[in-house]
Amino acid sequence: MKSILIAMLVAMTLPFGLATSARAGAGDVVVENAWSRASIGTSRPGAAYMDIRNAGDEDVMLTGLRTDLAGMPEIHLTSTNEQGVSSMSPVGEIAIAPGETVALAPGGMHAMLMQLRRPMEEGETFPLTLLFSDGGEVTVEVPIRGIAARGPDD
Amino acid sequence: MTLTLFRKALWALAGVAALALVWPLLWADYRADRARAEREPAFQADFELTDHRGMFRTQEDFAGRWMLVFFGFANCPDVCPTTLSEVATIMEGLGNDAEQVQPLFISIDPERDTPSALADFVPRFEAGIIGLTGTPDQIATTSQTFKIFYERFEEASAPDGYTMSHSSQLFLFGPEAGYVASWAYNTPAEEILADLRERIAQ
Ligand SMILES: [Cu+2]
Repeated sequence: MKSILIAMLVAMTLPFGLATSARAGAGDVVVENAWSRASIGTSRPGAAYMDIRNAGDEDVMLTGLRTDLAGMPEIHLTSTNEQGVSSMSPVGEIAIAPGETVALAPGGMHAMLMQLRRPMEEGETFPLTLLFSDGGEVTVEVPIRGIAARGPDD
Repeated sequence: MTLTLFRKALWALAGVAALALVWPLLWADYRADRARAEREPAFQADFELTDHRGMFRTQEDFAGRWMLVFFGFANCPDVCPTTLSEVATIMEGLGNDAEQVQPLFISIDPERDTPSALADFVPRFEAGIIGLTGTPDQIATTSQTFKIFYERFEEASAPDGYTMSHSSQLFLFGPEAGYVASWAYNTPAEEILADLRERIAQ
């Protein structure tokens, strides 16, 4: 009886143990300083910013985003040429080396939130999930600041 | 023979004397030209557009004040709100001097940015920014005057299937609408504010 109980406990914890080891890469990703700007209704896209740090000792690959706030969330890069002309384009996958931090910040990359399902209201938050190539996910609550916000805490 | 030589020498002397007389005049003229070229702005702000309240506007409406001009579009989620929030910081930092500066946001997406679309956008930055738009032709003319670039490109994932690339500098024009300076996108607001203060104080 006792041994059956132990076997059951082992069987129950085993999937968790496996799940944890499978997430070793993405599981060590820390997201900090997340913020976004309030939107005007839902017809125009929003943008979110954050620092994504790989605190582990394996490379991780950020492959995409998911959120119930937007039908099409995508990481974009704004680039400005020598003539001062700015444009943005989808980034694709982002490799983050151990100990490295990738910043999504004005002037560089942003999480572009297209097809908003509800307006982004100042003072609220929304969950944003980062998807990694190893199947791991990291979800962060992103605070929504005013439309004229310049950073996570100005 | 000696006479001709003497005559030649005289002529040469007269030539040198004439040059000595004229030279300072030429030099002064050249210097004045140079100074004028330095003072004369590279180009003048010149536009006929409609503001976000539906009023017809030209640069004459802002004569006697400095103009901070930025080109963009209301659907732009990153560059435009970033710059307009910087403009708001600059205007706040100017304090009493803010009366001497008029911030203008000129749309390069006239199809979507009607005056009422801009009315729903620029006032939210609470910086006294005036949004300007017009017909596609008016915007094209304005972009030529201001020597800026914009381009619409198709992108299936973007709202309405397109997005825009555009010049992202912040331009400064003087009280007589002459071009004074420009700052590249993402120049810290504090840096622009310090520069602007110095110019206004002169
Ligand atoms: Cu974008």
